[in-house]
Amino acid sequence: MRIGVPREIHAGERRVATTPDVAIELMKMGFSVAVESGAGAGASFSDAAFEQAGCEIIASSEELWSRSDLILKVRAPEPVEAVLLKENQTLISFLWPAQNPDLLKQLTESGATVMAMDSVPRISRAQKMDALSSMANIAGYRAVVEAAQHFGRFFTGQITAAGKVPPAKVLVIGAGVAGLAAIGAAKSMGAIVRSFDTRPEVKEQVESMDAEFLMLDFADEDGSGEGGYAKVMSDEFIKAEMALFAEQARDVDIIITTALIPGKPAPRLITADMVASMHDGSVIADLAAEQGGNCELTEADQVVVRDGVSIIGYTDLPSRLATQSSQLYGTNLRHLVTELSPEKNGEIVVDMEDEVIRGVTVCKDGATTWPPPPPKLSAAPPKVEPAPAPVKVEKKPSIAATIIATAVGALALLGLGAVAPPSFMAHFTVFVLACFVGYMVIWNVTPALHTPLMSVTNAISSIIVIGALLQISSADKVIMWIAAFTVLITSINIAGGFAVTRRMLDMFRK
Amino acid sequence: MINAGIVTVSYIAATVLFILALGGLSNQESARRGNWFGIAGMAIALLATVFGVVTQHYVTLIVALLIGGSIGLLLARRVQMTQMPELVAILHSLVGLAAVTVGFASFMDPSAHFVGVELTIHDIETYLGILIGAVTFSGSVIAFGKLSGRIGGKPLTLPGRHWFNLALLLGAIWFGREFVLQSAAGAGMTPLIIMTVIALVFGVHMVMAIGGADMPVVVSMLNSYSGWAASATGFMLSNDLLIVTGALVGSSGAILSYIMCRAMNRKFFAVIAGGFGTGGGSVAGSGDVDGEIVAIDAQETAALLANAKEVMIIPGYGMAVAQAQHIVYELMSALRNNGVNVRFGIHPVAGRMPGHMNVLLAEAKVPYDIVFEMDEVNDDFPNVDVSVVIGANDIVNPSAQEEPDSPIAGMPVLEVWKGKTTIVLKRSMATGYAGVQNPLFFKENTRMLFGDAKDSLDAVFKSL
Repeated sequence: MRIGVPREIHAGERRVATTPDVAIELMKMGFSVAVESGAGAGASFSDAAFEQAGCEIIASSEELWSRSDLILKVRAPEPVEAVLLKENQTLISFLWPAQNPDLLKQLTESGATVMAMDSVPRISRAQKMDALSSMANIAGYRAVVEAAQHFGRFFTGQITAAGKVPPAKVLVIGAGVAGLAAIGAAKSMGAIVRSFDTRPEVKEQVESMDAEFLMLDFADEDGSGEGGYAKVMSDEFIKAEMALFAEQARDVDIIITTALIPGKPAPRLITADMVASMHDGSVIADLAAEQGGNCELTEADQVVVRDGVSIIGYTDLPSRLATQSSQLYGTNLRHLVTELSPEKNGEIVVDMEDEVIRGVTVCKDGATTWPPPPPKLSAAPPKVEPAPAPVKVEKKPSIAATIIATAVGALALLGLGAVAPPSFMAHFTVFVLACFVGYMVIWNVTPALHTPLMSVTNAISSIIVIGALLQISSADKVIMWIAAFTVLITSINIAGGFAVTRRMLDMFRK
Repeated sequence: MINAGIVTVSYIAATVLFILALGGLSNQESARRGNWFGIAGMAIALLATVFGVVTQHYVTLIVALLIGGSIGLLLARRVQMTQMPELVAILHSLVGLAAVTVGFASFMDPSAHFVGVELTIHDIETYLGILIGAVTFSGSVIAFGKLSGRIGGKPLTLPGRHWFNLALLLGAIWFGREFVLQSAAGAGMTPLIIMTVIALVFGVHMVMAIGGADMPVVVSMLNSYSGWAASATGFMLSNDLLIVTGALVGSSGAILSYIMCRAMNRKFFAVIAGGFGTGGGSVAGSGDVDGEIVAIDAQETAALLANAKEVMIIPGYGMAVAQAQHIVYELMSALRNNGVNVRFGIHPVAGRMPGHMNVLLAEAKVPYDIVFEMDEVNDDFPNVDVSVVIGANDIVNPSAQEEPDSPIAGMPVLEVWKGKTTIVLKRSMATGYAGVQNPLFFKENTRMLFGDAKDSLDAVFKSL
């Protein structure tokens, strides 16, 4: 089967759907790979590099589209591209079927199989194909880099000969994949990072990156929606949240917002008043610009300065780090192709029983298959009602039982003392004392030496040989021979036990 | 010939030396000296007895000592460190056998004269010495067979086995009574022999019902029994040295059994009753584990290890089976030379005997100051970059903490999953001894390196 990778024609798009390294992996699976000339230029992969990897370079896009069985793209096809797609072809790219119903209709009518990388189900098995997460990660990182470019100071605090520089304070709103990436990047540049999220379960993740998690004191409300995404919160919650942001806006230098709710316009979190209250020279990077922006003043694809605050509204952050994005996206695609080609024979099988493949496939054989049925598993298990308070069956050793045991023991000893002759009691005393000495001594033995302990106790328990020595002088031949035999086997034990203990102990070296 | 007083003093000296020998094991430095104390104690006791008590048959005695001693030395020299559990088990069986033969010889000895209560007590002592000795003997032989692979490691669970054990116990008590009654009349050999057979059967049956990974408990329990057998013999012969030494060994074994049981969060009687999880609990736990196995190859493993700062190695029985301790050492020294902080985390029941892993690592020259107990390292896992689990399963199973109805719930485990990456070396996806699926393998930060531990580590070492 032939894989075709066209050049992205969307204005400003610099990513490419495969890299030379990924192409090599695809060819290992039996596919042949053709790349349109100049496809990788924006991401610093030259035609020569692709050719060296073994790809065919095709100059015209029409030829590439017509000769390929499987087309890998980044952006959803433009109208001029969509008409090139034919029956028996398969297209994999970002598609956003909810936002592009007309395109979906057109693609369905072409009879081709189309898979949307934005529809990969959120289950553990599909994580390696989750291009949204890969891109969000890059966007988060890039947002910090962009913010740094528009910010007039260091991120890290320094004491220099020329005076003290305070560290920048960064607030990251929304601690999803992009938010966490932004936290990581800002933190590693030395800033003081705080983060807010409506989902309390991300607190640990934020804190694990050494950032401060800002909490609202709302015990009952949990912002986790289905599939690990956030959901719309109550009015009171939003009010408290806005008060928190207003307070933070006066304090921090950089705000990075990544708050999105699936299928809804981005929530308005930063009002014009808050922007006005920020220091001059502060920066807001709004990653939700495409969905209308988390900040009231954001303008998509632009950097605007309002009240001395730079507001970055780029919607193409991954494309601004094209080499990295192409590499991660290409790898996500490769994992999906691997799923599609279980035999690794260069053919793909669209198995609609497979949850992941079913999820990504938006149309097939002239029929629209989007949206898919809800996934069987969500990333976070559905909330289980707290089980009825488990009855603790922790058995406390009841006092009665202890008393009874002690009493029985004491009676047994008294009984023994009443009938046993004094000679026995003397031995018994020695026995009990020896047990206690043993108990005290053995607890001090280091667990590392438990094996030598066993072999040395084994050796000294052969002291039973004394019994045989007492008997060996017997005039009775049978007893003598039994005793001799006992001496023989116990001396195996004595010599063997001590020698092997010594051998082991000699091995323990610092 | 030396007089009885001097013999007694020698015995006291031997007793003290034995206690010092055990006390010396409190750390690696003093342990070697402790072993010499033990040898000295044994030599003093033997010499005092030979010169103070033995009156004839010196030649037989010396020949027996020499033959036995040479066999023992040969065994000690030739044994592989991975076979230590077998050796310890077979040596225990010898102590048990000795207790039986001494008991019979003592019973047959016409020179002993006891009457009334003294006779009864002496009979009971003899009887108990032989009973414990016989159980130790046959149990140890079976344990040896299981540990050396001559007998399958699977627990043998006969139907109604608890009733069978009860019947054996009642039989032993009944014949004990018979023995005491007949002995007063000058007979008693028959019930004594029948009881010995019962005890032998009991020992066999008891150990047969216990599975491979419970062996640390069994081995330490047999260690304890061999001590009690010596003690009982001491009572029979009115010899304080035997009583004290037996009690020392007995309590040592008992404590080890207790430590092992606690490390598995199991009751001692549940282990002895045998058969894991057959007590009615759900065996499967929650069988469905969400997630995916991610395999890794040797080169990627080597790259992960080379880039790590903190590496924790968790060996299990699989390392002993694959004889991988030497390559583990090579790998460890290579990494340490590159400035990687490599440590070892040992679970108390890793392997088939208490301290088994420590001995194997010591054999491979791993310095003992980087080998840690579970409790010492468990809090450090969040800082560990790569944990390498070599042939271990249940001791790193998170369901012990996360699933209250798991058969191993509550067992203390090494919390490797809290580290950044875990590499598990395993031959296949088979479950561990407890038959519980291990969710660790399905965790996001776990990578599986399939294959024989030694071959895999060889490959990793080469790629390093």
